[in-house]
Amino acid sequence: MPMDESVRKAVLSAVPSLRAFAISLCGNVDRADDLVQETLLRALANIDSFQPGTNMSAWLFTILRNHFRSEYRKRRREVEDSDGHHAETLKSQPDQYGHVEFREFREALAQLPSDQREALVLVGASGFSYEEAAGICGCAVGTIKSRVNRARTRLAELLHVNSAEDFGPDETTRAVLASGGE
Amino acid sequence: MNERKPVGQQNHMEAAATRNKKPTSKPAKLGRDVQARLGQQLRAMYDDVVNQGVPDRFAELVNRLDGDRKKDAP
Repeated sequence: MPMDESVRKAVLSAVPSLRAFAISLCGNVDRADDLVQETLLRALANIDSFQPGTNMSAWLFTILRNHFRSEYRKRRREVEDSDGHHAETLKSQPDQYGHVEFREFREALAQLPSDQREALVLVGASGFSYEEAAGICGCAVGTIKSRVNRARTRLAELLHVNSAEDFGPDETTRAVLASGGE
Repeated sequence: MNERKPVGQQNHMEAAATRNKKPTSKPAKLGRDVQARLGQQLRAMYDDVVNQGVPDRFAELVNRLDGDRKKDAP
């Protein structure tokens, strides 16, 4: 059966957000795009198991996340068994990720344990509800909530933020403020 | 955890560390303002990628696979 036009559109419209999620998981644009490609191949090969009327985006995110867990983490473990490796990958390739201005934040994010990072990104950036994020990660809603809370707390520590006033803009912005202000 | 030496026995390093240390080590609850700022940064970073749209390779991939399916259809 050919793919319904609305299904094809739904798949395509999920791609930008899938990429952003994949980059937050991999910390590397090239690997993230490979992950997205493999996700799309799997999803389209199994499109008949998608239930019309349910959330296409959540379905694709689930496939991507499971694929990442099973394949990419296994591969990475062969190289180095630590979450620190993720942060190191980022530091060595700052330009691959995108713009420099998010560097400080990105590096802090990369230092979070991966289950906290994915929970925070799904809820805080991808716009999924706690329930949807729990479905994607295959865990309880309460688990997602506590991971998101721990992620926020840890991020604040890593960025040395105690209050909104402490929330320094990153270096680029600081330089601009310093030269322009007063 | 909170074992404290009498002030007089603190060495200089410790004293300096204490002075410079803001009360970060209380991970109890983040203020709403902090949470909001963290959220803004996270979304800004994420949206930076989202705003790149659908790269050609993925548009082509989806269209090609869709074409294959149509060809295969009875």
